[in-house]
Amino acid sequence: MSSHTLVRGDVQSAPEPSPPQKVANLAVIALVVDIVGIALVLYGAKLLRDYNHGNVLSTVVAVILVLASLYPLWPTFQGFSGAAKRARLLGENQLVAARRAAARGREDASIGLGYGVAAIIVGCLLWLALTNSGAVADTFFRVDAWRQSFNEAIQGFWINVWVAVVSFVLVLIFGLGLAVMRMLPGRAGAPLRLIATIYCDVFRAIPAIVTVLLVVFGVPLAFTFTQTWNSAYLGVLALTLTYSAYVAEVYRAGLASIHPSQSAAARSLGLGYAQTLRAVLVPQAVRRMIPPLLNDFISLQKDTALLSIAAIPEVLTVTKLWESKLFTLAPVTLAAVFFIIITIPQARFVDYLVNRDAAKRAGG
Amino acid sequence: MAFLEIRDVRKSYGHTEVLKGVSIDVNRHEVICLIGASGSGKSTLLRCVNQLEEVNGGEILIEGDTVTGAGVDLNRLRRDVGIVFQSYNLFPHMSVLKNVMLAPTMVGGVDSKVAREKAMALLESVGMAEKANAYPDNLSGGQQQRVAIVRALAMEPRIMLLDEITAALDPELVGDVLEIVRELANDGLTMLLATHEMGFAKEVASKVCFLEQGSILEMGPPKEIFENPREERTQQFLSRVVKSGRL
Repeated sequence: MSSHTLVRGDVQSAPEPSPPQKVANLAVIALVVDIVGIALVLYGAKLLRDYNHGNVLSTVVAVILVLASLYPLWPTFQGFSGAAKRARLLGENQLVAARRAAARGREDASIGLGYGVAAIIVGCLLWLALTNSGAVADTFFRVDAWRQSFNEAIQGFWINVWVAVVSFVLVLIFGLGLAVMRMLPGRAGAPLRLIATIYCDVFRAIPAIVTVLLVVFGVPLAFTFTQTWNSAYLGVLALTLTYSAYVAEVYRAGLASIHPSQSAAARSLGLGYAQTLRAVLVPQAVRRMIPPLLNDFISLQKDTALLSIAAIPEVLTVTKLWESKLFTLAPVTLAAVFFIIITIPQARFVDYLVNRDAAKRAGG
Repeated sequence: MAFLEIRDVRKSYGHTEVLKGVSIDVNRHEVICLIGASGSGKSTLLRCVNQLEEVNGGEILIEGDTVTGAGVDLNRLRRDVGIVFQSYNLFPHMSVLKNVMLAPTMVGGVDSKVAREKAMALLESVGMAEKANAYPDNLSGGQQQRVAIVRALAMEPRIMLLDEITAALDPELVGDVLEIVRELANDGLTMLLATHEMGFAKEVASKVCFLEQGSILEMGPPKEIFENPREERTQQFLSRVVKSGRL
């Protein structure tokens, strides 16, 4: 052997035993933060109760908020007791036990700190919402305005829902056509590939609101037979044009994400191009496409509010009318709430699908 | 006339020449082993035979009919030429049975009941019948490779290409897979295989080709190549293989 070896002996000295981490300073910070949080929540709760003229419901809510803000004190005190235990064990020269006590204490103090910060945020939000003798609440959250506008708002929202669903069905079909065009092979496919690529680039570059404006106002002028159409149909057309470009990309990326060895295996067995797509590539790609497709569907649902620029009586149009009638934005907040209610479960469902696939891949 | 004739085949990727004029004749019932370092062109040569890769020069003939160049019905060619890959490449969304049945039913036009019986018989013969309804991700590498061999055999190919089929397996699983190849060789299946298992090559090969940087440096019966290699490069390669404990 040569004189050089891979491992040098002199760097392998015995390590110093590591001392336990500090706990007390973290616990002190947590305590300070907790106290600030409690003070802010207390003040916010008082504002809330005052704004509602001290009625029973607001008193109960205020008390619950204050009690909740006290919670972080408990882990903080546990942090202090961890600090004390660490000091005692260190005095008894029990290094390992002291390290463990310190780790527990820091964990507890960190929890106290985290919850304390959350209390500060909640307190600030309360204060922000109720300051200026409730100006924020009056602007955005007025129960009487919600009550008055609710029926018309929900009727308007129904337009958003069907526009989104019809558009997305059309998008899935038209987008597939675009994706197939973009993947045509050889020189024969080159011009069609180019057209599809330009289409996708252009419609992803134009802001959706511009497309909606151009289509809903422009198409009836250019194609007069559409003047008798319900203008929501033109809205569907505009959203379909825009979202097809995105969805074509999802299809393409989904198929491209299947490893070429799958295609090689299928072709080696004598399967043709179309058979390979149908039996091997598409079934595997569809699973991967579903989450991004659902994400695009969620975006599309929200973009149906863009139809309000064309005075289509969807939820935003309707609630804006109520806004000018009642001089409060509360009806528009109601529209926001509608979107939140339908969108969040879908977003969570996408997360679930993504996590499930990740778990499956990790497990496999 | 040899069953498979590879004549002066050339293949480049961009400016990198991977095959620099390779010629091999494979007679019916022969087993040809391709040996050589990684990157010597073994896999590329196999992929040229079933036209997963297009050749840039030379030609390949099966029973005197050229299978390279334009106008060849590749899907028809590939029904006769089976290939098994190093990384198995089973279809993960199908059960073992469906993997084996896919090509006979979809391409071969076999009735699905008949295809199922035949697939089960083939799986039985490699000891995988009880896993027929399992999915590939739940199988060991050795089991997956046995299924992949059966999947290729289900099309009743007239020649099999085996591309380092044991290279990705844990050592204790190699034996089972090689045992199947040994049986196929005894049954007289014509095979062209790239391998790093020199002991196995020595045992089953009718002819061994040593590839070096895209050319055949030496070709002959296994006894001659392994015991009396003429070329210095062959000697070096083999001595390194011996050192690593693979022969």
